[in-house]
Order: sequence, then structure tokens, then C-alpha cells
Amino acid sequence: MGLDIRMPIGLMFVIIGVLLVAYGFISDPAIYERSLGMNVNVIWGSVMLVFGIVMTVLGKIGAKNPPPASADAAPAGGRAAH
Amino acid sequence: MNLAAIDWLVMLVYFVFVLGIGFALKRYMKTSTDFFLAGRSIPAWIAGLAFISANLGAQEVIGMAASGAKYGISISHFYWIGAIPAMVFVGIFMMPFYYGSRARSVPEYLRLRFDEKTRGFNAISFAVMTVFSSGISMYAMARLIQILHIFDGVFAALSIPQEYIFHFSILVSALIVLGYIFLGGLTSAIYNEVLQFFLIVAGFVPLVYLGLKNLGGWEGMMQKLPESFGHSWVGMGSPATNPLGVEAFGLAMGLGFVLSFGYWCTDFLVVQRAMAADSMDAAQRTPLIAAVPKMFFPFLVIVPGLIAVALPDQKAPTGMVYEQTAGHEEPMGKGIIPPKMNAATGQPVVNEAGHIELDYDLAIPNLLLHYFPNGLLGLGLIALLASFMSGMAGNVTAFNTVFTYDIYQSYIKKDASDDHLLKVGRVATVGGIVLSLFAAFVATRFNNIMDMLQLVFAFVNAPLFATFLLGMFWKRATGHGAFSGLLAGTLAAALHHGLSLPAGAAVGFKGGWLGSIHTYPSEMAQSFWTAIFSWSACFLVTIIVSLVTKPPVEEQLRGLVYSMTEKPSYGHVAWYKRPQAFAIAVLGMTVVLNIVFW
Repeated sequence: MGLDIRMPIGLMFVIIGVLLVAYGFISDPAIYERSLGMNVNVIWGSVMLVFGIVMTVLGKIGAKNPPPASADAAPAGGRAAH
Repeated sequence: MNLAAIDWLVMLVYFVFVLGIGFALKRYMKTSTDFFLAGRSIPAWIAGLAFISANLGAQEVIGMAASGAKYGISISHFYWIGAIPAMVFVGIFMMPFYYGSRARSVPEYLRLRFDEKTRGFNAISFAVMTVFSSGISMYAMARLIQILHIFDGVFAALSIPQEYIFHFSILVSALIVLGYIFLGGLTSAIYNEVLQFFLIVAGFVPLVYLGLKNLGGWEGMMQKLPESFGHSWVGMGSPATNPLGVEAFGLAMGLGFVLSFGYWCTDFLVVQRAMAADSMDAAQRTPLIAAVPKMFFPFLVIVPGLIAVALPDQKAPTGMVYEQTAGHEEPMGKGIIPPKMNAATGQPVVNEAGHIELDYDLAIPNLLLHYFPNGLLGLGLIALLASFMSGMAGNVTAFNTVFTYDIYQSYIKKDASDDHLLKVGRVATVGGIVLSLFAAFVATRFNNIMDMLQLVFAFVNAPLFATFLLGMFWKRATGHGAFSGLLAGTLAAALHHGLSLPAGAAVGFKGGWLGSIHTYPSEMAQSFWTAIFSWSACFLVTIIVSLVTKPPVEEQLRGLVYSMTEKPSYGHVAWYKRPQAFAIAVLGMTVVLNIVFW
């Protein structure tokens, strides 16, 4: 199918990651009392951001090197029954 | 609950992407195969994650945490013996027939292998079941949104009465799911399921991390819980010595064999994802890839339940959900699990034994409120909403396919063109969602109807795996045999349920309505044994009736029965790249997990 799923997933994680990190920097530190004093928005936002970038890069690489047509991509097994 | 602008923003991003995927895929939907089977073009890893995500519906996330809070880590049996072996089996042994026969749905396989009546029985019962399951998902999601007070502020600001929040939530979720399936069909559902898979993981990992850190790690948590909560097999010798009230045989046969194989190997909801794969190899790998995250899900969905009961009892609670109990002298809940409240009286619900009943379903929502600050809270909420929506969407895509191919094309318009079927599929999507909406509202009015329906579905489903097992591995099995076996199995399940009762339960939906001649130590034990009886009845009756009816023509069984099908050959692939090697690795890891949590 024409859309590589890694692109939207990557992009969404990047956007949410950036939002969380940015909010983590401007938010009142008092709200992190419940998360055991950790600024989880900055921490987890960065993790999501990195994951999003990796997904996007993988999607880009995949788009540059399209897999061979499905018949060649999966020779194993083939179509057992016809 | 105090949602900040950031939480709304995070949720908005999610909804934009969910619908955006539907729009982006719209132009690829040219034939009915594109719409119902994703053009059979999905790579294995995507099909695998969708396979697991479609199953990760509401009852999974909320229900498994609730059961974890009630029974402890032994609930992971529902994963380790109740899912993994069956997932391996369907991948290695059944996919060659499902995928190889080019059947477009599970009922259609039954038509090819047996006959029209067996297909009709399966198609109609399945279609009804999916509509009600998606309705129940919607209902549960709207209830949760209501309990968490997500929209209260918005509604108050717009001066709309609060009682419309429930209707609003149901409608919005229905419209979103409708939107992305209507536009992009199964591909859209699968892509969104993959997106939701990552979101659910992203939302729950920090929750488990914070909970465990707070309690002093795994050891610290276990010190605050009963000894049995940390073991899955210790005490399984007798129903009296384990929290589930089940003995090892009933567990292994009832859950591990009949129920689990019946679901994973025959339920079109999950099998459809593998049928959409781009090759036989990918179709075989789909359930195997799904098995890997599946075996670790107990840590994401059961452990939060354990954390919720291990936390100190809340006296002056923080989250909105507890407010109802604030002001009482003694904490009435356990950990951060609040008591069930009677909406009419505002008092906690007390059971027959005089104990306050706990609302275990709130384990995860309360934990989110307990640990997540604004920002992450928005992410936690979409993880929760994503789980509801993927469950709903899975049912709707399975419904529109079975309706179009197995009901419409088979009984209503046999010579329909492909273009016409594509249109019918879109209409069926709308129809399926409207029926689910209806089911969701029925559920609000008549709670008992839902209990009854779920019971009937359990009776219809229990024997299915016997039919498939005989159909795929015994070429002598006939259509008459299969159909009478299914009826006998359903009847046996109903009879067994009607004649037995779990200890301490009242006659009615719990059983005993034909006069109770056997008492089970727990409801779980009863349901496992109902499944065992039903399966055995179907198995025996199918064999007996098959032997006295005319054998099927062998030539017509090519590709449908094990002995008449060329096996997928992997001779030229390195051994470690074959699905069988993957399967053995998956089973090995499962054994290790069982030993670690013995």
C-alpha cells in the first residue's frame, strides 16, 4: 500500500514528544510531586521524540529502497495451495 | 480531574493522525479486496502488531488490570497458556489453509471445506457477536470518560447538562472509528491498530515504572501483597490452594486448549489480520510476531493491577475518582481501588457477605491520575482511548467483511459486481456502527441482556475449534457432521451451564437454571469446564455423524485439508529464518516466563 505506516507513527511521536518536552520546561515543578519528583514530561517526551525520529528515518530509508515486489520478497513458502 | 491545555493538545494530535491515516488511504481503496483484505499487501510485522492490537480491546486493558488486582500474577495464565500456544498453532498449522485456500473470511473457509449451512451458522452468529462486542466497547469507554470527568469542564463551560456526556462520548468514538474505516477499510484499521499499539506501550510503560519505583521495585511491591499474588503455578494442584479457584487440568484443558484455541484459531477478528498479509510466509509469521509482545503484556496490563492494591489505602484521596469516598473516617477501598458506589444512594455497594465491593475496573484509570502530571496525563488518556478504539475497529472491520462476503454476496445478491461489493462494504461499516451504538444504549438500559448475550456467544463459540481441527486434519469430516457437531457443542455448553453453579452464586446468569447438580469452586472453573464439555460433544458428534454420512469428494479438499495440501516449503531458507524456528523460540521464551513466575 502506498503509505508507509512508519511515517505517520514517527511523525506523531515526534510531535507529541516535542509537546511534552516543551511543556516539561515551562510547567510548574510542583505538578511533578505526583510523579515522584521526576519531570516525566521532559524524560518521557525525549524518549518519544527519539523513537519518533528513528521511525521516520526508517520510513525514509524504506521509501528510498523499496522492497522488491512481493513475489520476490517472500520466496519462502510461496503459495502452498492453488 | 484537571486537564490542562497540553493534555487536550496531545489528544488532538492523536485524533488528527487517526483520521489522517484514513484520508491518506482513501485513494488506494479501489477493489473490495483492498477494502476488506487490505489488498493482501500488509508486511508481516505490521500484520503482527495489528493482530495483537485488535485483540487489545477494552476488556483487555481494563479487565486484566482488574483481575490482576483481584488474583495477582496468576492471571498471566490468560497470556502464557491461554494465548501463546494457540497463536503458534494458528501460524504454523492453520495458516497454510486459511491463507492458501484464498478464502476471504473464516466463514468462507467453512463453506469451502464443509457446506453452506455451516458457513451460515458461523457467519450470522459471528456478525451478531461483533456488533455487540463493539457496542460493549463503546459503552465501557463512555462510562470511563464519565467517571473520569474528562468532559465535565467543557460541558459546564458550554452550559450543557452533564448527563449528555455519556451520549456525546459514545457518538464521538463511533464517528471517529466510522471515519477511518469508511475511508480506508481494513488497511486503515490495521495501520491505526499499529499506531495504537505503540501508543498503548508508550502510555503504560511510565505508569508501571513509576508504580514499581514508588513501591520499592518488584520485591517491595510483593512484600505488600499476599504471597500467592507473586506465583502463577504454585498451588495449582487443587482449586482450594490458588486464588483462581481452578485446578491445573481444568486450566490447561479449558483455558489453554478449548477457549484459547477456539479464539485465536477461529475468530475472524484476529485471523483477518493474518489473511491480509502479503505472502504465505508473512501470514504464518503474523501470529508469531504478535506472540512476542503478547507474552510481555502481563507486565503492562496485569502489574498495574498489582501496584494499585499494593499502594497504601487512600484516606484523603487525590484524584477525582476518589472524591466520592472522601470524608469517611476509614478508607473503604483497597490500595487506590475505590469501593463500588451505588449511583442511586451514593453509598458503597455491599455484597451478601457484608463486605464492601471494590470497583477493580478503576485500577488503571486511578493509577493514571495518581502518577501522571498534566502532559503525560494526556498521553495516558489516549493510550486508554486507543485501546477502546482498536477493539471497536477490529470488530467493525470483521463485521463488514463477513456481512458483505458471507451474508450479502451469499444470500442477498449472488452476482454482485466487485464495485457493488465495495459500496456494500462501506454501507455495512455504517450499519455495523449504528447497530453497535444501539447495542451500547441497550447495555445502559438492560445490564442483564448483555450478560445473557455474552453467555450465548460463549455457548456458540466453545465448540468451534473442534470443527476446525477435524475439518483441517481429518479429510473424512463432512458438512452434516460439522453442522450437527456445532449444534451439539452449543447445546452441551448450555446444558452444562444450566446444571452447574459456582460456589456461593445465585441461580440465574451464573448457571443452575436447569437445577444445579454440580458446584464449582469458582466461576472461572465453571466456564473452563463448560468449554471442555462443549468441545468434547462437538468433537464426538462430528466424528459420528461424519462416519454415517457420505464422504466428501477428495478432489474438492485440495488446499483445505492437511493431507491434501502441499506444505509451504522452506527448504531453501536458512533454518533460523523459518517460521518453525521462530515458533520454537516463542514457545521457549514462554516456558522461561512460566518458570520465573512459578
